[in-house]
Amino acid sequence: MRSIPSRKITDAVSRLCMQANFELRRDVLRALRRAQAAEKNSRARRMLEAIVTNAAVARRERLAICQDTGLPVVFVELGQDARVAGDLKKAIVKGVEEGYRKGCLRDSIVGDPLKRGRPGFTPPVLHIDIVPGNKITLAVLPKGFGCENKTQLAMFNPTASWRRIKDFIVGAVKAAGPDACPPYVVGVGLGGTAEYACLLAKKALLRKIARPRLQGAGSTRRLEKELLAAINKLGIGPMGLGGATTALAVSIGTYPTHIAGLPVAVSISCHALRSAKATL
Amino acid sequence: MELATPLSSRTLENLRCGQEVFLTGVVYTARDQAHVRLAAALRRGAKLPFELKGSIIYYCGPTGTPKGKVIGSCGPTTSRRMDALTPLLLSKGVAAMIGKGNRSSEVRRAIKRHKAVYFVACAGCGALISTYVQEASVVAFNNLGPEAVQRLRVERLPLVVAIDSRGKSVYKD
Repeated sequence: MRSIPSRKITDAVSRLCMQANFELRRDVLRALRRAQAAEKNSRARRMLEAIVTNAAVARRERLAICQDTGLPVVFVELGQDARVAGDLKKAIVKGVEEGYRKGCLRDSIVGDPLKRGRPGFTPPVLHIDIVPGNKITLAVLPKGFGCENKTQLAMFNPTASWRRIKDFIVGAVKAAGPDACPPYVVGVGLGGTAEYACLLAKKALLRKIARPRLQGAGSTRRLEKELLAAINKLGIGPMGLGGATTALAVSIGTYPTHIAGLPVAVSISCHALRSAKATL
Repeated sequence: MELATPLSSRTLENLRCGQEVFLTGVVYTARDQAHVRLAAALRRGAKLPFELKGSIIYYCGPTGTPKGKVIGSCGPTTSRRMDALTPLLLSKGVAAMIGKGNRSSEVRRAIKRHKAVYFVACAGCGALISTYVQEASVVAFNNLGPEAVQRLRVERLPLVVAIDSRGKSVYKD
């Protein structure tokens, strides 16, 4: 058994909250630059330029990439041979509170979904998984709600054609339209149960966006490529003002499912796809 | 094209959808809860925290302000959520709105009726937009936190005319 002090967890979460909000992921930045080079529409190119400049200003000035610093979603992979000295959940919540306060990130969380009230920094949404080993991995995904509001779930028949599933996924992006800060990264969850498909879709957003030469291998990767091409034909473009870049990437997560069903979830991220990860 | 507040009715009527402009002057931040409170004050006939007539409303809830800065990250939020209360505010003289994304057909008609304009700012670029803000001060609803109404003075804020005073939109429906 390896013991991990809860203070170390708090400090790591605090640092990850700031890192995710100030430093745009390298893979996202690379995808934006690739899109900028490929765009033929001059306004779309300028919009992508502004997004890249914004990321540079945020990194340099330690300012949030977007004022919507999200509802922080924290994914925890706790090694079964690790022991947390102290309270794991409290340590994470404290880390979010400290990181958001210190980083001047936004207090966007209301305590009651109906009564609303004065917003604060916490609680985050926690997903805790037990994995082999004696380490703990923490990933912070500050999820902005402009795009979270565009999430869709459909429970298909097991006999549904890929064509219909594809129409649903592309339709979810079309419904988001210009509103949720395109170009998007589209997370898709296939299988499991209703709530598990949503989790798969959200987790798919953590996956690194592959370089084009690494895309397309394996059947799921082929489907991602096919979906990305169909989405980019929508012509929504950066900021919704037209162009060839409606999405930067599609990322699919799958899980076995029941003989009677096929859950499909679509989790859309704005171009400011932010996350940061650390292993202790 | 350069624009300075207050925007005259002639200036507003001459703007065309798709046009790119730089705005200098005063805008007021107001989003979801501030809209609810402004609408409630109007229905009660209470005094408003700022003059709606001729004003520009910016759908924005900034982050906290880091030491040494005028304002934190302050990009636009999704305009659609304000659609239900927008016709009321336009009828009280709001001249223009700044946000992101498309609006309902009711809002488009109200914009045409009142000869107002809807601009979009660089969505998801709050850090960059903060560099165009020269002054910021809370004028109302401080207890709403990031949703408080703030008076911002902006200098050459880049915007795109998304819906013009004729009700023409840059977005395909």
